[in-house]
Amino acid sequence: MNRRTFLTLAASAAAAAASRTAGAVTFQREEREEQEFVGVLMDTTRCIGCRQCEVACAEVNDLPVPKPAEDNGLAERRDTTPDRFTVVNAYETEKGKVFVKKQCLHCWQPACAAACPTNAMEKTPQGPVIWHPDRCLGCRYCMLACPFEIPRFEYFSANPRIRKCTMCFSRLEEGKIPACVAACPMDALQFGKKRELMEIARSRIYQNPDSYVHHIYGEFEAGGTGWLYLSSVPFEQLGFRTDLGTMTFPDYTREFLYAVPLVLLGLPTLLYGLSEMTKKKGGE
Amino acid sequence: MLGAQTWSAPSRWQFIKQELKPKGPLWTPFNMLAAFVIVGGLIITAIRFAKGLGAVTNLNQTYPWGLWIGFDVITGVAFAGGAYLVTLSVYVLHAEKFHPIVRPTVLNGFLSYVFYAGALVLDLGRPWHIANPIIGNKFGYNSVLFLVSWHFLLYMLAELLEFSPVVAEWLNAEKAKRWLSRLTLGAVIFGVTLSTLHQSGLGALYLFAKPKLHPLWYSEFLPVLFLASSVFAGIAMIIFEGTISHRVFRDRIDPQHHASFEDIVFSLSKGAAVSMYVYLFMKFLIFVHGQHWNYVATKWGAWFLVEVVVFTLIPCALFTHGYRQQRLDLVRIAAGMTLVGILLNRLNVSVIAFNWNSPATYYPTVWEVWVSLMVVFMEILVFRWVVNRMPVLSSATH
Repeated sequence: MNRRTFLTLAASAAAAAASRTAGAVTFQREEREEQEFVGVLMDTTRCIGCRQCEVACAEVNDLPVPKPAEDNGLAERRDTTPDRFTVVNAYETEKGKVFVKKQCLHCWQPACAAACPTNAMEKTPQGPVIWHPDRCLGCRYCMLACPFEIPRFEYFSANPRIRKCTMCFSRLEEGKIPACVAACPMDALQFGKKRELMEIARSRIYQNPDSYVHHIYGEFEAGGTGWLYLSSVPFEQLGFRTDLGTMTFPDYTREFLYAVPLVLLGLPTLLYGLSEMTKKKGGE
Repeated sequence: MLGAQTWSAPSRWQFIKQELKPKGPLWTPFNMLAAFVIVGGLIITAIRFAKGLGAVTNLNQTYPWGLWIGFDVITGVAFAGGAYLVTLSVYVLHAEKFHPIVRPTVLNGFLSYVFYAGALVLDLGRPWHIANPIIGNKFGYNSVLFLVSWHFLLYMLAELLEFSPVVAEWLNAEKAKRWLSRLTLGAVIFGVTLSTLHQSGLGALYLFAKPKLHPLWYSEFLPVLFLASSVFAGIAMIIFEGTISHRVFRDRIDPQHHASFEDIVFSLSKGAAVSMYVYLFMKFLIFVHGQHWNYVATKWGAWFLVEVVVFTLIPCALFTHGYRQQRLDLVRIAAGMTLVGILLNRLNVSVIAFNWNSPATYYPTVWEVWVSLMVVFMEILVFRWVVNRMPVLSSATH
């Protein structure tokens, strides 16, 4: 056991203990029906930019593992890639340096899932949005639709996959918590049901009204997301899109899709009627 | 020629074998160019499948859809709109005037779908799953793309049915022709319905792009705008294709047909002008209602005006004037400009004004352009092959 593994383990134990107080979430299949969606709360005021979440994510998902101590990753603005599901970026703000972790937000009604012609992007009943390789056509409409620009495509592969954070879906099914949450030494990340996370987030704002802006990002954005964020500065300063509105993305196409069966039934009838009306006597 | 009314199977087979051979000189400049473009395109395609899309395209994480979707599919399908308009006029509204152009237009529409929409396969990351939305490896009922893919497939079948009597005529299969002709009205009604849904569906695809598309192009009425513009896109394509066909295939056209073509073109230009007025009116309403005045002074505003004023309003006026003065040259210029305008509009929505605010950029590689050209040349070659053999431009049997 090397030092990092030890630290990670120690951190996960601590985080696991913390999350148990917030109400542990189990994933037994029998319980699915009354299950509430789960998510993660990120308190950016607590994040120190150690990037242990990135390391844990890479290890769990078999991705190239970053070396926070050496690679100077906070110096530049980085984005997620097909082999980097989460990144921590540093933002210079009016209240000094703020670190923000970026990954899939696991929307409550995701645009990617509504866009997918084969449900290869699926909002699971537990909350995480996951990808099914056996269904996906590689059409990349999920990428076009996602307002947070999260799904990533392997452009240099003959057998490309869509890659993104899965909220460690397979770990959740084993009763564990997401690797990044387990790895966070500062309790900046907290896993739980959204309802409970909202209570935690609100009470932090109420108890420290001067430390936080009174907004929980993800409560309503794009219809609400599985990941929630707390911040000491307006979210615009942290690279968040604040112009997305509160409408869920499936609603953007719902009216159009509802019109389809009407057109399919009504238009042929109308056209047949027109054809009969304009028919010349003795013709055809 | 082979006028035998009742053929035994072997002789029909021999006839097809004979027809498969090229007619006319093989090494014309056009053929050499086409061969060069197609062979090169096939090599690029092979590299694309061996090494991934990134090997030949500039697509990236911010621009998942580039020229192959924006031009081949989104623009190509609009250009193919003529088929549903003409079949609607002739078979449903009984506007007999347009009968002479039904066959070339339906052929053009069908081939456009096969080649342009077919080029979608090149863009799919995992094309071996292409049948999934059809065979039910999960139906994405919530997805506009699911709807569009189904309608593409069914529409191709409808167009094939509409064209099948011509094939039967070519093969001298009288019985089959009579049987297939009876299906035409049904196929047309089915085809027009599917067309309205997927022409607008292509616009509906971009409803999700609200946070990414420039406000001058984004509108909740995108589906309606796409449907309306497919009307004059289709008409402009008929005029464009007809003008070329009437030069290239002069000997395949009977004299009365040739004479009536001018008359048809003028009627079409009236239709184009009317649909463009309607479209421009809607554009204007959306513009005013969206309070977009403050964008006009920006470079995006200027670009918007190029599309809407230069390549929609001016050709609209030219169609009107050309129709009034019965001037073929004006109508042809208008048709050409309209095609450019549609191209601009579709590329603006799908590529140029998409992610306008993002630091990442996309412009197609020369290979992407090359493959798109390959698709165009393939369609032209097959169109020429069919027109030179089957009774497409003249209703008389060969």
